[in-house]
Amino acid sequence: MKPLAPVSSTARVVLGISFFVLFVAAWSYATFGGFVSKTFLANPWTMLNDGWWLLTKQGFLFDIGMTIWRVIGGFVLAALVAVPIGILMGAYKPVEAFLEPFVSFARYLPASAFIPLLILWAGIGELQKLLVIFIGSVFQLILMVAVTVGSVRRDLVEASLTLGARDAGVLRRVLIPSAAPDIAEILRLVLGWAWTYVIVAELIGSSSGIGHMIIDSQALLATGQIIFGIIVIGIIGLISDYAFKAANRAMFPWSRI
Amino acid sequence: MSKLVIENVSRIFPAVRGSTPTRALEPTSLSVADNDFVTILGPSGCGKSTLLRMVAGLDTPTTGRILLDGRAITGPGADRGMVFQSYTLFPWLTVSENISFGLRERGISPRERNAIAGEWLEKVGLTSFANHFPKQLSGGMQQRTAIARALANSPEILLLDEPFGALDNQTRALMQELLLGIWERERKTVIFVTHDIEEAVFLASRVVVMSARPGRIKADVAVDLAHPRHYTVKTSPEFSVLKARLTEEIRVEAVLAAEVH
Repeated sequence: MKPLAPVSSTARVVLGISFFVLFVAAWSYATFGGFVSKTFLANPWTMLNDGWWLLTKQGFLFDIGMTIWRVIGGFVLAALVAVPIGILMGAYKPVEAFLEPFVSFARYLPASAFIPLLILWAGIGELQKLLVIFIGSVFQLILMVAVTVGSVRRDLVEASLTLGARDAGVLRRVLIPSAAPDIAEILRLVLGWAWTYVIVAELIGSSSGIGHMIIDSQALLATGQIIFGIIVIGIIGLISDYAFKAANRAMFPWSRI
Repeated sequence: MSKLVIENVSRIFPAVRGSTPTRALEPTSLSVADNDFVTILGPSGCGKSTLLRMVAGLDTPTTGRILLDGRAITGPGADRGMVFQSYTLFPWLTVSENISFGLRERGISPRERNAIAGEWLEKVGLTSFANHFPKQLSGGMQQRTAIARALANSPEILLLDEPFGALDNQTRALMQELLLGIWERERKTVIFVTHDIEEAVFLASRVVVMSARPGRIKADVAVDLAHPRHYTVKTSPEFSVLKARLTEEIRVEAVLAAEVH
């Protein structure tokens, strides 16, 4: 292997899949071989059986749907608030000076620690779940968007000024389009974090969702079901990540040339 | 009639953390006649780019003032088109959209924008690249687009800051001919900053030589080579005489500059 030497696309796919195979093999070896007690770790076959049972008999698809809706709902709310604020912070230094210290402080507040408070304020309904995701994502998004917009190439801004662009034109026709692909990439990254918040939100005071199923299964020591739930989250995450990447490529063809 | 008047303009960059302030440009006066092509020639660090940026309104003079058509310059504007040394095309816009950027900012209709962009694409020989993105073009093509983008806006004066500095010699020579050809047809007022003596003489009707640290104007040399200029003029005796004289002027400065560093 040479540093930074490229790898062919078939080799990339084969290598990527082979780690999954290796992972399942090690898991099978540990469980089928009897090295780990069934109480603590279900084997892959039990996991698949449990998963099938959940999907066909327990209406697990509904739980998956609930979880996806919460993630998307909370995340879209956060993005709608964070992207405009982030753009303004990046573009206008007084706005940045006004908001940056508070946002930096709020960024470190753990979203999960807000759950008791949010239950008090918003009950245990959907609003509370959305708020957990919102709080977890919005401050991160604001800061990352602000940094991206603030670091747009200065010479492009200067070029636009010599072409007669005024303040609004610089913002609308240089800063935003220039930062757009990076903002989309930030959204993709933070969406991944939103998935951790939703499960935490569902672990406490919830009657549906993947997290709710996981906490129920814990009481029954059904490790197969827990693992199935975790794997479902991973698969949905992978799909949404690829979808996001594909959408970004389609929307910003110029940034990949 | 002077198009552009620079009156006692100086630029001192404030001190950073205990160092002394940098005197980038000593008080400098210069007037540029309408439709003139002036090159500002000097070694790096002589303040020539600083002077040009102040004319563009991207930097503010510490003292003095700059007048365009008798009006003081207070900030950047569409009346002073600029071509930068770095590639500053907007990467998210096609070549054609880049050229019509300034027109769109002025609210000109899409149909008229397209017509003007098409005209300029033809003048810089990029018609078949109208819908390419800047990153798909070579450096020379990008700078041709940048020149077209500045001129499509029909500025009063065109400012160029070492626009061909990053290009290879052959491309650079072709770009010089292209720019000169455009100037001979359009007769815009042009200020062109460079450290290349041959480039300065070939393009200009007047070469202003600047000295380094502190930056000031050292010589003002008229170039009386006939137009239209063919590239073969570069091997003519008149050209060589001018080149030799400017080489002498610049050499002293380069030696001084090298001693300082």
